[in-house]
Amino acid sequence: MVSLTVNGSPHQIDADPATPLLYVLREELALNGAKYGCGLGQCGSCTVVVDGEAVLSCMVPIMLLEGREITTIEGLGTIDEPGPLQQAFIELQAAQCGYCIPGMMMSAHALLRRNARPSEEEIREALTTNLCRCGTHMRILAAIRRAGELMQAASLPAADQGRAG
Amino acid sequence: MRALRVAIGIAAVIFVAAAAFLLFAWRSEVPEDTAAAEARFAPELVAKGAQLAALGNCIACHTVPGRPAFAGGLALPTPFGTIYSTNITPDRETGIGGWSEAAFERAMREGVDREGSHLYPAFPYEHFTRVSADDNRALYAFLMTRVAVKAEAPENDLPFPLKFRPLLAGWKLLFLDSGEREPDPGQSDAWNRGRYLAEGLGHCGACHTPRNPVGAEDRDRHFGGGEAEGWQAYAINTESKAPIPWDEQDLAFYLRNGWHEFHGVSRGPMAEVTGNLAFLPDSDIAAIATYVRSIMGAPTPEREQRAAQLREAFEGQRPEQAADSQRSPVSASGGQPGEAIYLAACASCHEGERRQPFGGLNFELSTAVNAPNPQNIVNVVLFGLPPADGEASAVMPAFRYLLDDQQVADLLAYMRERFSEEPPWAGLVEQTARTRSGTYKVAVRPSDGIERAPHHVGAEED
Ligand code: FES
Ligand code: FES
Repeated sequence: MVSLTVNGSPHQIDADPATPLLYVLREELALNGAKYGCGLGQCGSCTVVVDGEAVLSCMVPIMLLEGREITTIEGLGTIDEPGPLQQAFIELQAAQCGYCIPGMMMSAHALLRRNARPSEEEIREALTTNLCRCGTHMRILAAIRRAGELMQAASLPAADQGRAG
Repeated sequence: MRALRVAIGIAAVIFVAAAAFLLFAWRSEVPEDTAAAEARFAPELVAKGAQLAALGNCIACHTVPGRPAFAGGLALPTPFGTIYSTNITPDRETGIGGWSEAAFERAMREGVDREGSHLYPAFPYEHFTRVSADDNRALYAFLMTRVAVKAEAPENDLPFPLKFRPLLAGWKLLFLDSGEREPDPGQSDAWNRGRYLAEGLGHCGACHTPRNPVGAEDRDRHFGGGEAEGWQAYAINTESKAPIPWDEQDLAFYLRNGWHEFHGVSRGPMAEVTGNLAFLPDSDIAAIATYVRSIMGAPTPEREQRAAQLREAFEGQRPEQAADSQRSPVSASGGQPGEAIYLAACASCHEGERRQPFGGLNFELSTAVNAPNPQNIVNVVLFGLPPADGEASAVMPAFRYLLDDQQVADLLAYMRERFSEEPPWAGLVEQTARTRSGTYKVAVRPSDGIERAPHHVGAEED
C-alpha cells in the first residue's frame, strides 16, 4: 500500500511501489487528464505537479511520492468552474487535438505559481519538455500569458489558483 | 646605529628586487589602432577564422547566457576567485576594436592585453601560444568582423595579491612554455595536425588535465582528468575509465556527432565542444582523434577482453526504435533502497531498447559510473539533460524535485556497486546537497550545446 495525496484527497493505492504515477492516476484513480505519450520522459504529455514543481508522471514510481502533494489538471478547476489556466486555454482555443494540453497546462501552472508575470523566455523555458505535434505553440503561449493576466486580475496570489496548488 | 644600517640595507635590497621584478614584468602598450575595427578582410579568411573560433570554443567563455555573442562578462569561478571574461567584439571602448593584429597575436602568444597588462591564465594562453601566425590572422579577421557590442565586463573578484597583475609574469616564467611547436618527424602528418589542434586552439588539456595548486596544468599528468564548470572532464590518457576503450574511429565519431553508441552523449561543457567541432572538416576531427588516441595508449589485455564481451553484448543488438515503450515496470520490491529507485525510475530507459543518442546509455558502458568522482552522475540525476531547441536531441528528465539527497546517494551507491569494480564513492549525500543548493556550481546545457549558445540553460547569471 502506498498513500498518495492527489488534488488534496488522500488515496491508498494497492499497487507495486515501482508503478509509475501516470498508470495509477489513469487506471486506479480515473484521472485521465494526464496523457500517455511516450512513457520515456521525452514528450511531456504526462506532466503533473508535485510539491509545486512540474514532473513527468510516466517516470515517477509512486514509492517516491508518499507524503507529497500531487496536483493534476483535474485539480485546476472543473468544467463548470474552470480555473484561470483552463479558462485562458478555452478562450484562446489553444487546443488542436488536445493531447499535449494537460501537460502544457501543468508545466505552465508550476511556472505561474512562482511567477504570474513570466517573460516570453521564461514561458518557453518552462515548456521545453512539452511537445505538441499539432503545432499550436503560438496559441499555447498566448493562453499562458492570458492565464497570468487572469490570475492577476483576480488579484489573488497565483499560488492559490489551483485547488490543491 | 648598526641595526638601522642593516635595516636600510635590507630595504634597499627589497626595493631593488621589486624594481627589477617590475621591469621584468613590464610589457609595453601596443598603440591603439583606430582603424582596426573598420578594416576589411577577405571572406575566405573570415570563414577560416570562424572555424578556428569554433575550435577554440571562444564563444563559451566570452558570452553571457542570453546576451550577445563574444561580448564577455561571463563569471568564471576559479579556486582563487571569480574572473570575468572580456569583451572580444570589435567595440573600441569596451572590446578589442582598437587592437591591431600585432596586439591580438601578442595576447594569444604571451597572454598580455593591448595596454600591456598580463592576462590571467583563465584565458588558456598556455595552449593558444601554439597557434600559428596564419591562424591568428584568420581568428583576428573573424573577431574584427563581428558586431561590435558595448559591454564592460564586471571587475574580477580576486583577493589582493592576485589582483596585482605583474605577479602573473612570475607565473608565466614558471609555467608558460611559449611559442609554436616543431612537428614531430617521427609521427604522421595526421598526428602532428591533431596535436596542433588539440594542444593549441582546441585546448583540451585546459579541462582534461588536472591543475596544480597555483592553477597551472600538471604536465606530468597530461590528460589525466580535470574539471570544468562543475563537471568532471574524464581522464583521456592511459587512465581512461571507459569500459570499452576508445579507438580512433569511435573517438572521431563521438567528436563529430556528440555521441557514440558505446560511450553515450556529450554533455555539460563537452556538449558545447562537440557542437562547435561541427564546423571543422572531417580530416581535422580525425586528426584530433589520432592524436588523443595515441595519448591513451594501448589498453591492457584484461581491458580488451572485457571490452570484447561488452561489444558483443551491445553491438547492433538493439532495434533502432522501441516498438513498444509501454512495458510493465520491473518490480522494485526487496533489495536496497537504491536498487528499488534504479529499477523503477532508471532502468526503463537505461536498459531499454532505444539506441544512442535517444535512449539511455546502459551503465555497463558508462565512464561516469567508473569515474573517481561521481559529480557527473549527480549533475545528470539532479538536472537531467535539457532538450535542444528545434531538433531531435538526447534528453533526460531532471530528478531534482523527486529524489532527496539521501535517495540520490542510495541510487548512486547502488549503481557503483552493480556496474563498476571501483571502490564505493564517499560523501555522496553531502556532494548531492552541495550540487543541489548551488554551493557547488554546475552549468547545465542542452545536449546540442552550441546551438543554444549564447543561451546556456541553468547557468547562473550574476
Ligand atoms: S508520457 Fe511521460 S514524457 Fe511522454
Ligand atoms: S494540440 Fe495536439 S498535440 Fe498539442
